[in-house]
Amino acid sequence: MTGWFNAHFVSMVDGVAYGLLLFTLAVGLSLVFGMMDVLNLAHGTLYLAGAYAAYALSDGSWLGLVIALAVGLVVGLVGGGLLAAAVAPLQGRGHLDQAALTLGISLIAAEVMVMLFGAEVLPTAPPAALGGSVSLLGHTYPVYRLAFIGIAAVLAALVYLAFERSSVGALVRATVADRDMVRAMGVDTRKVLFGVFGFGAALAAVGGVLGAPIIAPGPGIDERVLVLSLVVVVIGGLGSVRGALLGALLIGQVQTLGVALVPSYAPFLLFGAMLLVLALRPQGLFAPGRA
Amino acid sequence: MSALQVRRSLLVGLVAFGLLMVPWVFGAFTVSTFTRALVFAVLAMAVNLLTGVAGMPTLGQAAYFGVGAYAGALVSIHWSELGVVQLVVATLAGVVAAVLTGPLAIRGRGVAFLMITLAIGEIGHSAAGRLDAVTGGTDGLSGIRPVVVLPGSEGLVNEGLIYYYVLVVAVLAYLGVGVLLRSPFGLTLRGLRDNEARLRAVGYRTDAYALGAYVYAGGLAALAGSLWASSQRFVAPGDMGFEIAALALLAVIVGGVGSMWGACLGAALVVFTRDYFGQIVSGHAPLLLGILFVLAVYLLPKGIAGGRAQWRSLFPAARAARTTGETT
Repeated sequence: MTGWFNAHFVSMVDGVAYGLLLFTLAVGLSLVFGMMDVLNLAHGTLYLAGAYAAYALSDGSWLGLVIALAVGLVVGLVGGGLLAAAVAPLQGRGHLDQAALTLGISLIAAEVMVMLFGAEVLPTAPPAALGGSVSLLGHTYPVYRLAFIGIAAVLAALVYLAFERSSVGALVRATVADRDMVRAMGVDTRKVLFGVFGFGAALAAVGGVLGAPIIAPGPGIDERVLVLSLVVVVIGGLGSVRGALLGALLIGQVQTLGVALVPSYAPFLLFGAMLLVLALRPQGLFAPGRA
Repeated sequence: MSALQVRRSLLVGLVAFGLLMVPWVFGAFTVSTFTRALVFAVLAMAVNLLTGVAGMPTLGQAAYFGVGAYAGALVSIHWSELGVVQLVVATLAGVVAAVLTGPLAIRGRGVAFLMITLAIGEIGHSAAGRLDAVTGGTDGLSGIRPVVVLPGSEGLVNEGLIYYYVLVVAVLAYLGVGVLLRSPFGLTLRGLRDNEARLRAVGYRTDAYALGAYVYAGGLAALAGSLWASSQRFVAPGDMGFEIAALALLAVIVGGVGSMWGACLGAALVVFTRDYFGQIVSGHAPLLLGILFVLAVYLLPKGIAGGRAQWRSLFPAARAARTTGETT
């Protein structure tokens, strides 16, 4: 048992880093879908924009990272606001039109980014102070991933607490559960919706800035992270922060530990897991109760 | 015959004449683009049958398209060059694949169905890349022989003749779908979309109808796949990837969800935007597709086939001229 644990320890830690990265993406997607019933297929684009910002601005210094984070935050907020404004006229027209619109926007944005940054995958270096490796229970492991796990875990905890414990979080949860009732009580739900859209988008872009050394920016990355976070959302259950967190950690392990254990079935694991969950519990593993 | 019927048969005649003239008017590249558009139109009809008629939006039809493409290609390489044999075997392969996977897919509706079909499509795509012995893996399957229409005749190599072969099969598929939609089965599928709970309450076994639609759409997508194999004479896992599935769904949305001729027109628009106009602006096809989708969603909420009112509202000047013309 300890031998097995030892052999796969690195995969498991990688899986945690990967899972937390997916959480920063999936939580926005999940809340926007759960609240506004909006299927935002341009969500991966926000990650990609953040990752490109990290590539362009981080020069190995702490200051570079801080600037990149600030730019990522602004890009995310503005992008989220624009997306929310773009889908607002489609209210009541169903998911297909939203999907077509947001996919169209993401195609345009992806092409613009290819024009700006070229068509190669751009490996992004972490800050120089975090560039080395440390010994972790006898394995050498990159410092940056450990730091990422720490930062992302704090981020996830803050999001979770804000959502589950604060009054703003209660308002958001209430809007997920019954939008019309919240509106009837005098709350302008459009502000809540815009706020959550911007918040989720900013989180995805910041995830892109921090995640660039792990999933490097390049063409097609937007689609890849979108599909991964869709899987997380479907597995975790729509509109639930806890579901997004647990689903992301689960998929993180499936993508790293699972691939290490059964390499020949690697391409099937991700969607096999999703199919299994959908067949057994179509509403997701951790779906919130609905009124 | 009423004026409407006259206008309608005139329109059908014009479209038929236009489609027949394509190889005589255009060069080889444009004709091959038309061929791809026709194949894609058949796939879009399969997607529309589920998405628009039965109300089950799908991202998985590319998997059955791929099953048909590989089945048709393998028949051509190992067994028979005859087009009919390839089409029948490919369609049967698609039907079998849909019968096996359908019961899982129809457990969900709406977004859950969309996600299940997405997973089926992605797993099919991965499987095509892994089963090297059957599919040639990621290298793809080449060596598909030119398709033969009648026993003893020459294989079709000429771009125009391939176009006519695909055109005939596509028209037959269109008529087949038309018959289905007018049948009691087709009407029940519309009921499934509009109010499944009521249909079930009246005593219909709605899951059986959903599965029936799924199997029909699977066979139709596989038929398109076989046409793809005969016209391109090369099949690779990319032909059944997410991109194809997404484009087929978007073609249906642009064309007008629920309308079969709209789906065909949407498919042609998508293929020409990607392969033809994308070539002209030197490889910025995704940009053009993105603009197409954004414009279509805002300007034509019901798609190309969504009725004349929304088209008229696009041209206020013409509308003003028309109303003043009517009052005077």
